[in-house]
Amino acid sequence: MLDHILSILIFFPALAGVLGFVVNKNSIRSYGVAVATIEFVLALWLWFVFDSNVSGMQFMEQIALIPTFGINYIVGVDGISLFIIILAAFFTMIGIASLGETKDIKNMIITLLFLQMTMVGVFAALDAIVFYLFWELSLVPMLYIIGAWGGPLRIYASVKFFLYTFAGSLVMLVGMLFMAYFYYQATGEWSFAILDWYRLILPESFQLWLFVAFFMGFAIKVPMFPFHTWLPYAHGQAPTIGSVILAAILLKMGTYAFIRFSLPLFPDASVYFMYPIAVLAIIMIIYTAMVAYAQKDVKQVVAYSSVSHMGVIILGTFALNVEGITGSIFLMIAHGVVSGALFLLVGVIYDRRHTKYMSEFGGLAHVMPRYATIFGVMLMASVGLPLTINFVGEFLSLLGFYKQSHILTLLAGTAIIVGAIYMLAAYKKMFFGVVTKEENKHLKDVNKRELLALIPLTIITIWLGIYPKPLLGPINTSVEAVVSLMHEKSLSEEAKQRIPSVAKDMALITKPTGEAH
Amino acid sequence: MVSPANISMESLNLITLVPMLIPIIGALLIIIVDLFKSEQDRSLYVMLSLLILGVDFVALMDTAGVFSKNGTIMGVFDVMLIDGLAILSQFIVVGASMLFIPLALTHKRFHEFTYPEFFALFLFMIAGFQFMVATDNLILIFVGLETASLALYTLIAMHNRDKSFEAAVKYFTMGALAAGFFSFGSMVFYALTGSVEINQIAAVLEANNYADIGFVLVGVVFLLASFGFKLSMVPFHTWTPDVYEGSSAALAGYMSIVPKIAAFVVAMRIFEFLIHSGVVWLEVILYASVVITMTMANVWALVQTDVKRMLAYSSISHAGFVMAAILIGTTQSNSALFFYWVLFSFTNLGSFSMLWISRQKNLPAHQQSDHSYNKFAGMIKTAPVAATIMALFMLSLAGLPPFALFWGKMYMISSAVTGGYTVLALIMALNSAIAGYYYLKLIVYMFMKEPIVENGGHVYSANATLSLKTIIGIAAIGTIFAFVAVNQLLEFITAFVYNSGY
Repeated sequence: MLDHILSILIFFPALAGVLGFVVNKNSIRSYGVAVATIEFVLALWLWFVFDSNVSGMQFMEQIALIPTFGINYIVGVDGISLFIIILAAFFTMIGIASLGETKDIKNMIITLLFLQMTMVGVFAALDAIVFYLFWELSLVPMLYIIGAWGGPLRIYASVKFFLYTFAGSLVMLVGMLFMAYFYYQATGEWSFAILDWYRLILPESFQLWLFVAFFMGFAIKVPMFPFHTWLPYAHGQAPTIGSVILAAILLKMGTYAFIRFSLPLFPDASVYFMYPIAVLAIIMIIYTAMVAYAQKDVKQVVAYSSVSHMGVIILGTFALNVEGITGSIFLMIAHGVVSGALFLLVGVIYDRRHTKYMSEFGGLAHVMPRYATIFGVMLMASVGLPLTINFVGEFLSLLGFYKQSHILTLLAGTAIIVGAIYMLAAYKKMFFGVVTKEENKHLKDVNKRELLALIPLTIITIWLGIYPKPLLGPINTSVEAVVSLMHEKSLSEEAKQRIPSVAKDMALITKPTGEAH
Repeated sequence: MVSPANISMESLNLITLVPMLIPIIGALLIIIVDLFKSEQDRSLYVMLSLLILGVDFVALMDTAGVFSKNGTIMGVFDVMLIDGLAILSQFIVVGASMLFIPLALTHKRFHEFTYPEFFALFLFMIAGFQFMVATDNLILIFVGLETASLALYTLIAMHNRDKSFEAAVKYFTMGALAAGFFSFGSMVFYALTGSVEINQIAAVLEANNYADIGFVLVGVVFLLASFGFKLSMVPFHTWTPDVYEGSSAALAGYMSIVPKIAAFVVAMRIFEFLIHSGVVWLEVILYASVVITMTMANVWALVQTDVKRMLAYSSISHAGFVMAAILIGTTQSNSALFFYWVLFSFTNLGSFSMLWISRQKNLPAHQQSDHSYNKFAGMIKTAPVAATIMALFMLSLAGLPPFALFWGKMYMISSAVTGGYTVLALIMALNSAIAGYYYLKLIVYMFMKEPIVENGGHVYSANATLSLKTIIGIAAIGTIFAFVAVNQLLEFITAFVYNSGY
């Protein structure tokens, strides 16, 4: 069974989704929770049997799909993808568990199960076409979730979401076909296997073009400034569960793909584009933070702050050293937990008041103390308070980039502090002061079902903030392999310098992480 | 005194005619049956046609076996040419016809199917297409083309609605113009080279090194225009949406596949040597027409309010996409053409069949046209299975993995990449993105809007019978599980295309 655990993880939810059509409407919620829990337990088991001392791929499976054209179903997991898979399973579980009263709940749960298949598939795929397959397929359930259960502008938002990503990914597909063609020219064999591509050293001019092609696909997904305009719409219109999954998992596909594809395939191009991308990332951090401050809608605040933090992830990724990349991967998890939780929290209040305008609230801390507490913890995590999960990721990302450029890191760091302002302002508007609105006086505090979703998230936020080692260890091992691959593959002198050789830095890195936490 | 010609039967190699003769004999058989006992039920003719096509398919498989053993077969004074292209395209022609013909067994009675002539004409048309693809001779191509087209005009007109007559007449006039262009173009080449055989023309032109380039240009322009009409390349496409709208949905789906593959094969035979002749302007003309066809058809499809018209424009766009294969002109691209078209047949026939089963006998008051977008609003609520299948076909047409057409698109774009047409590859990719919008539009209507009129869902399968559902089931399975067969299909097609020297 262990040989096929990844395939089981990928296809179990889909199979369960198909069978779900038979399940009665009244029992579908329990069915969904049960399936998602099994999936989560399987994912935890994967972590348990995962050997964290191995840097390469584990539990690899290979089935020939179109061998004449070099397309095979290859899946595998390493420290980089492991935790995102677990996160995906986790969020589907608590997402389904916390699902409020929804119309057509059966369709929703089946859709979520299919979405889970595509999410796990993206992070486990080791063949570019299989990756592309799940990547594209993930758009469909999300399109349906936003379009069918969303707000008044839901159709515009869902179509915009679909077309933006679809257009970007098609450019990426051309890039993938080129990559396979270069591999064919070099070896005489077609292959779309990522691990095969890793061995291919491309001239710098090719790298630049291919990097741009892949960048189009990934940057729209992340979404990076200036391609971010679809995201506020999608978040603004999506139902709570849609926003949670979108922010926690789907956006991570883009940042994950940067680490899986762009960096190891095109190390020279990554160095070449390091500063432009870092500048974009910093614009993203500052600009979206300012936009977030101007929002009246609390969900938009969370949405923009989520984009803002994605900028830090990009910055860490393009630090191109072990600290930065490890930090960015950790931050992906952290961002998933925290922004997912924030969207859930916004959903809680929306369920009660059917409005998301902050001016409608005020003094909620008196009425809903438990809600206010959890919101407060998540908010502190979001602004990156030490001893919360986000701090570890942000700190490492910035530390990584500090080695490349002091000034840009300083800018980014300041921006993150500024980010605290809008979050605190939003918190103040909503929770402090006196209760002004009559409707707010008798709001019910979070109920058991909501606590079931929120308490685990709170615990994770604090636990991994204090003791991030269980995650950092395996991530670090795999990232070291990626960075040393990049160092070996890079052609130009500048790239060799920018991407440090791991062997030399190893002692430096492992020690601080070991002691500090 | 003329001495009697002395020809041995062996040298005629009549086996090359067998696949065409089977539908012809079948058509005559149907007429004879009608002669003895008229007023038979349509199911008899449908099943007879299906059986005849089945026999034809087996005969083709035999021919394919001979081809893979001995290579290209010539026959009947070397007029017939059975090479890989001929065999592959005949497989598509006959296979798609077999999928089409059971669609006549609708729940509602449409009167064209009560005539045995419909089925006889249908089989004659297939024979015409088969002749068209299985020869190198411009005259026989012309004869095949006209046989098939004339039969097709009649089939459209038999739908017996005002719009059908309009469509048939429009198609007829446009077809006549195209035929004129074709014969004129052929004449120019005959005048230049003294031959109507494409390989002879190529050899002679090659030998004198394209000395009369001006005349070659004239000939090519006429031929291109004539294929433009047949393949509905922009700007010769204007008839397509109207004709599709006028004919029954099933026939429209059929027209988007079978006549086009026949025309593609002929275009491939003619333009193959011209592209490789190194005459730059030809490449430019083709490049431009490919890009314009893809892009403009997509843009027009965006603004349609009727699903059938949208699908008409979408099939124009797909034709432009596939035409790129002829421009690229490598073995991979030519294989990609057939590969794409096989997958396209499944998906497109499936989606037109979905329109066909929702066809009402009379137009309700609140509907502008037979298949307006509004009709499909909120379909997921009332007919979830049908809506899901329709969405599946739309996603496949949009090129979403892992559905059938994605593999075709991927292979086609890859052939552009390997053929050195980087910009074209990008244009093709971006066009797929544009196309995503209008396919998505139907999905949005079906899944995200509320039903406009309460109809209880029976509208969407008003016309459904077991045989229609079977065809849709086959198309859906072919669309979903294409990835299982992609490898074998690709190997098979590539071997055939490669062995015929394209």
